[in-house]
Amino acid sequence: MTGPSWVRLAVALPVALFAWFCTMIPAVSAGEVLVWELAWLPQLGIDLDLVVDGLSLLFALLITGIGAFIFLFAGAYMKGYRQRGRFTLFLVSFMLAMLGLVLADNLVALFVFWELTTITSFLLIGYSHENATARRAALQGLLVTGAGALAMLAGFVVLGQAAGTFSLREMLAGPQGFADHPHYTAVVVLVLLGAFTKSAQFPFHFWLPNAMAAPTPVSAYLHSATMVKAGVFLLARLTPLLGGTALWMETLTAVGAVTAVYSAFVSLRKSDLKQVLAYTTVMALGTCVLFLGSSPVGGPGEPSRGVLAALAFLVAHALYKAALFLVAGTIEKATGTRDLTRLGGLWRAMPVTFAAAVAAAVSMAGVPYSVGFLGKELLYTVGFAADTSVWLPWATFLAAAPIATIAMVLAIKPFFGPRPDYGRPEREGHWALWSGPVVLGAVGIYWGLAPEFPFLRLLVPAETAVIGQALDTGLAPWHSTGEALTLTLVTLAAAGLGFWMRAAVAEVLGVLRRWIPLSGDRAYDAAMNGIAAAAAWQTRRLQSGVQRHYLLIVFATFGLGLAVTLGIKGVVPGPVRFADAALLEWALAALAAAASIVIIRSRSRLLGICALGVVGIATALIFLLFGAPDVAMTQLTVETLVTVIVAIVLLKLPSFRNEAWPSGPARLRNGIVAVTVGVGVTLLMLAVTASPPPPDLQEYFERTAVPGGQGRNIVNVILVDFRALDTMGEITVLAIAGAAVFALLLPGARRRESAPLPGPEGTAARAQVSDGNIVNTMILRETTRRLVPLILIFSVFLLLRGHEHPGGGFVGGLVASIALSLYAFVFGPQAARGILRVDPRAVGAVGLAVAIASGFVGSVQDAAPFLTSQWGTLAGLKIGTPVIFDVGVYLVVIGVVLSFVIGIKEQ
Amino acid sequence: MEPVIAVLVGVLMAATVYLMLGRSFVRFIFGLALLSHAANLVIFASGGMTRARPPLIAPGESEPLPGVSNAVPQALMLTAIVISFSLLTFALVLAFRTYQELETVDTDRMRAAEPSSSDAGADAGADAEQRAAD
Repeated sequence: MTGPSWVRLAVALPVALFAWFCTMIPAVSAGEVLVWELAWLPQLGIDLDLVVDGLSLLFALLITGIGAFIFLFAGAYMKGYRQRGRFTLFLVSFMLAMLGLVLADNLVALFVFWELTTITSFLLIGYSHENATARRAALQGLLVTGAGALAMLAGFVVLGQAAGTFSLREMLAGPQGFADHPHYTAVVVLVLLGAFTKSAQFPFHFWLPNAMAAPTPVSAYLHSATMVKAGVFLLARLTPLLGGTALWMETLTAVGAVTAVYSAFVSLRKSDLKQVLAYTTVMALGTCVLFLGSSPVGGPGEPSRGVLAALAFLVAHALYKAALFLVAGTIEKATGTRDLTRLGGLWRAMPVTFAAAVAAAVSMAGVPYSVGFLGKELLYTVGFAADTSVWLPWATFLAAAPIATIAMVLAIKPFFGPRPDYGRPEREGHWALWSGPVVLGAVGIYWGLAPEFPFLRLLVPAETAVIGQALDTGLAPWHSTGEALTLTLVTLAAAGLGFWMRAAVAEVLGVLRRWIPLSGDRAYDAAMNGIAAAAAWQTRRLQSGVQRHYLLIVFATFGLGLAVTLGIKGVVPGPVRFADAALLEWALAALAAAASIVIIRSRSRLLGICALGVVGIATALIFLLFGAPDVAMTQLTVETLVTVIVAIVLLKLPSFRNEAWPSGPARLRNGIVAVTVGVGVTLLMLAVTASPPPPDLQEYFERTAVPGGQGRNIVNVILVDFRALDTMGEITVLAIAGAAVFALLLPGARRRESAPLPGPEGTAARAQVSDGNIVNTMILRETTRRLVPLILIFSVFLLLRGHEHPGGGFVGGLVASIALSLYAFVFGPQAARGILRVDPRAVGAVGLAVAIASGFVGSVQDAAPFLTSQWGTLAGLKIGTPVIFDVGVYLVVIGVVLSFVIGIKEQ
Repeated sequence: MEPVIAVLVGVLMAATVYLMLGRSFVRFIFGLALLSHAANLVIFASGGMTRARPPLIAPGESEPLPGVSNAVPQALMLTAIVISFSLLTFALVLAFRTYQELETVDTDRMRAAEPSSSDAGADAGADAEQRAAD
């Protein structure tokens, strides 16, 4: 399976970009800074400006140059993998995100690209998603680097606030350094967390070896040559701003040294080629961090060359490590294994790969006349410089010697010795597989022989971008003298000794390993399990599956929140003047309160229903006393309907007497919560009503009701004209509630046929029986027959007078519904349907349509906004769209209430 | 009058909370009805209460007499009453249908969506027996 044809063309992209970046070398090495300005969120000071200076150009060339070979290699290596189009897409996305990361001028944009590399890394590590190990490794990498990135974002925000800009250019151009800023320590700690997790520094290093679950080209590209160097890049980038302090230098050197030495020794114990390479990568990243922190940059005294050493080593590492990863991939492709203990004797069958491996290993070991030698010489020279710690060269040596041993192992072990049976004819692979290692290995040697160009032409501008000046590098193919040269020779000798005794060394290290009680990987597992356990625990506590527990939490939180808020705000009700209330008003309030207590205490449903009615009617009377006749009428009619409907339904439900009640302590607890909420609400109300509301809104509607709304009942004018869109929403909700009740009562909605109640076929018979239960005398029938038409006419009267006097669509519709409900009770739901002639739901739908249509009259006539009122005269009658709208409301109310009543009656 | 309403609202809220925290779906619905009364009274009292002057404009006048009651909360309450009526009806029908399906109005035994961990997957009846045994 070769995948789509564009997959093979993908390699053209890094090649073209590499060529483009190469054209910038002369300008940048002459000290220019190239800028492309792209606005993104100018209001927030966030843009997508791309800046090419020495540092970003160095990284851009690494990303595209090594990327070209990776793409080429992947084209051959990934044959046989599924979904290669997807793989290529991820790889291209990663490359572009990584370029964005190194080129971004804005810290927020840098963060976004940083996270994009994290996400593409996640997708690529987990590329073999059927594999549980790969999934775990992908998630681990995502969580570790993602958590670090969040800390880093916080650091960026504080830094941006302190600097007044998110632009790196503006920050670097401003007054140097933030060391005296009060938040300096916080910024450094947060930013370092981001850089250390990304660049796999101890103790966050564990995700990187696990990330080797990715296909080999990914390991070579993301997890060795480029992405993991983003942390080092960021540290270099921010060195002029944050560097030079004791905090910065001590943290970087300590973390970098521990990481480098620890991982160098761990790599000696590994036998999987990719694991070995992963740990040596961690060592290289640690060394870069160590040297970035080694020297006081921009401080007093002569700045040392720690930055140059770190960058030179970084470039050398990128070259030899990418080559070695690709060699490992080629070997695995040829032999089916990458276990060092099972490899051997390949040099005859794979001479080109062998040559590339030797070239890369020479550089890795730091043998003279290789770029790795230049890098390590710089490290040692800087280490022995006067202004650095005494232990610096020795830490470097402790890390470098095992790495040189590993370099020998990698160059010798797979290629010499006995040749095991690989079960296949091992031979050199496709040219696309070995060309990358050969070129990268050759470049490593060539640059070691002739460092002047282009190695230094790239490094010096990068160093200048960091420390603000170019130093004499003193770099030559053979420049070492004195202590540094001695230490180089000692390193190679120690490495040779280590290679010779490598079995014994591994054994000793294995013993030491058992003394270390905790590994990052195990800590990660413990943290993940802890989070899952905490989530399960709090879910069990808060989400018991019992409805009243949820409500208890809601109400207790509400009550507590009220109490705390009132306490903090110090809300003390002013002088409360109960005496203002008249005796009648007191009586009505007391009646409602007493009735609600009856509801609580009653174990009789009928008593509860009656008490509920009392509360409703008492409040309706309060509304009437305080100048709200429309509300009072609506409340009274609704209360009538509620009482009837509640009575019908509750009589079909079991009696309270047989119900389970909460236990005594639970009732006490409920009572405490209830009283807390009640007292809190009362206090809040006293505070709110202590001062009268601002009169603006009231005065506006009073002033404009007649001229703007052509109506004298201000409540109705608000409902059907000024706030008609609200009313439209509310009648829509009504219609939806009607539809929902209908759906609940559909015969097909019944799930369990074993229920003791009659199934669908029994409903008609049951309806007749239940009708017989209702007091249904001849007097009632005759009265109803004559009364219903009168009530219906009255309801139309209420509807039509609503705009001028108390009344309107809501109350009219409710009155009509009461009439029709009465009819349904006396003569049965079928008879009520007969009066309506159509299904009640159709009445509701027509009402909604009328209301909406009335809103469009103005739009059609004057191109006015939806629901703008229009008035005219028709046959001598003043008529306006709000009246038509109110007719719609009237019909919706009738349709919905009748759906309820008929639906329930028919059950 | 507002302080009296404030106390009444407090009583209604306390009754609502107490009813809703019980185990019966029916009493929950009673609480729902009281809650809407409490909410309406809150809106009414917050708008300021004026005795006996409805917000109407006499024929021939262009503005109401000074001192009429505030029409804004009344308009809000009017729709709120109708909406809470439909909500209440919906809850009632839901209670009725729940009873038909589960043969209980005890919310502790309504565990179809979240079965208790001790007998996940068992039906509500077995769940109730389990609880009784506890």
